Amino acid sequence: MVEIRWHSRAGQGAVTGAKGLGDVVSTTGKQVQAFALYGSAKRGAAMQAYNRIDDEQIINHEKFMLPDFVLVIDPALAFTDNITDNDKSTTKYIITTHLRKDELISQIPALQDKSERVFALDCMQISLDTIGRAVPNAPMLGAFVKISGMFELDYFLDRMKKVLSKFPQKIIDSNMQAITRAYNEVK
Amino acid sequence: MAEKIDLQEIEVWDGNYAATQAMRQAQIDVVAAYPITPSTPIVEGYASFMADGYIDGEFVMVESEHAAMSGCVAAAAAGGRVATATSSQGFALMVEVLYQASGMRLPIVLNVANRALAAPLNVRGDHSDMYLGRDSGWVQMDAFNSQEVYDMNLCAFRVGEHPDIRLPVMVHQDGFVTSHTAQNVCPLSDDIAYNFIGEYKPMDDLLDFSRPVTHGAQTEEDWHYEHKARQHKALMDARPVIESVFAEFEKVSGRKYKRVESYMTEDAEVIIVALGSTVESARLAAKQLRDEEGIKAGVVGPRVIRPFPFDAIRDALENCKAIGAMDRSCPGGALGMLFNEVSAAVYATANRPLVTNYIYGLGGRDLAIVDIKAIFRELKANADAGKITTQIQQFIGLRGPKLGFFETRGGK
Repeated sequence: MVEIRWHSRAGQGAVTGAKGLGDVVSTTGKQVQAFALYGSAKRGAAMQAYNRIDDEQIINHEKFMLPDFVLVIDPALAFTDNITDNDKSTTKYIITTHLRKDELISQIPALQDKSERVFALDCMQISLDTIGRAVPNAPMLGAFVKISGMFELDYFLDRMKKVLSKFPQKIIDSNMQAITRAYNEVK
Repeated sequence: MAEKIDLQEIEVWDGNYAATQAMRQAQIDVVAAYPITPSTPIVEGYASFMADGYIDGEFVMVESEHAAMSGCVAAAAAGGRVATATSSQGFALMVEVLYQASGMRLPIVLNVANRALAAPLNVRGDHSDMYLGRDSGWVQMDAFNSQEVYDMNLCAFRVGEHPDIRLPVMVHQDGFVTSHTAQNVCPLSDDIAYNFIGEYKPMDDLLDFSRPVTHGAQTEEDWHYEHKARQHKALMDARPVIESVFAEFEKVSGRKYKRVESYMTEDAEVIIVALGSTVESARLAAKQLRDEEGIKAGVVGPRVIRPFPFDAIRDALENCKAIGAMDRSCPGGALGMLFNEVSAAVYATANRPLVTNYIYGLGGRDLAIVDIKAIFRELKANADAGKITTQIQQFIGLRGPKLGFFETRGGK
């Protein structure tokens, strides 16, 4: 079982990202679960989305999890959310930030003993450059593909194109660019 | 003619979308709806399908849930296949008309994404609305995950429209935990799904001018009782019909359903009875406890809440020692519904297992696997002691001091 927790603001696409990841994972023959803690949350409010991935049918419906990956797609939430909540000694963090990784870690005490498990990139800038809007979910997926090693990039891009097939070609292309750039830039 | 959709063998759908897709495949004539969280995406998605040309039929936008169910009643009486969706306050506002639908024997399908009832206002999942509908004369089917939401919807049309039954059917799913959780779903193709449900056959329809009928007539003490008794008999007679529909569904889908779903109960000493997604979480807890601590734990989940599966529940539970009945609805000054009904079923057994009542998850409070394991351990203590070692009713997952009610007399 792989468990993933997304830290996001409502409107940034964490739910879409979690479901998109689920769509792709399901094509590999695995079972997935994608859900979120929101409800009456307003656009901009901090929220969390979750994925579970397993070889067997997922029958665990608790919200509680010990995440294997924590994906932070809003730069400020790395500072204000408790992103290390229910952390394991192997939990990997992928954080969007305009800072260098060492600068980021130096400002967040909870990450300082975990620096080898922290990965950073600027999903906001990547999405602005490629998609033209601040939608950090697509670049985060690219970063996740790289850090998790769960898929080959080409396989993921190919499947993601199918997930996005209802959108105009221009949007599909820009999302592919965003995912690819993030894959290459995360470190 | 509506366009078809080529579905993949494996889709990733949440419970709401699974309901929408099943409704699309059923080729419904009329959906009258007033959206409410967390069921909104069901009718929103249905309206999108209609706008995009995937549905032939009518979508009636109304001013309230009372009007939504009234519109469904009218369209069903006129002779159409009808469905809608709601939750919580919307369900509560529908209640008056729910009784009209069942009393007029109209096979409407209502998807209920279960949610707490105010006050305090709360949009998250519990079973307050499900319990509110339990005397309304509808068939109530319960889905534990999004695959089952899809499957139960297809079966619901078949059960409700059966010529011997002709009753409305609710399909329940847990608000958010199922309605907004995407999981792998294996749908049927449009043709196979529609062929399974079959063409709608109107009965006593208002639009059959060659044979005029009245729906919703007034009856006083002369005939009311006979009508209601016959309605109850139709609901009871739904039991074998549901079983035969499930058997036919297995032939087209490979998925097997029963009126009561039992998990590892054959040799179980302790059994949890629950509804909704909790059934699956409890199965996980039972499996882990068997592997880790050797506790012979099992889980029973009523797939059909009404007609109450008295016989099947009794069969599933009669050989265990202790039962935890888990109610996700504030019991309002009594023991929980599942406790009462499960107790009644096992009272008539030679073994008479000990039954205790756990209230949990109100307003969407998380039920963790560790919580369920703690219940199983408590049931094991009851089984070992041969008597109830706690109060009969306990609130779990609650902040503040431990809360429980109803003292045992000599542990029974």
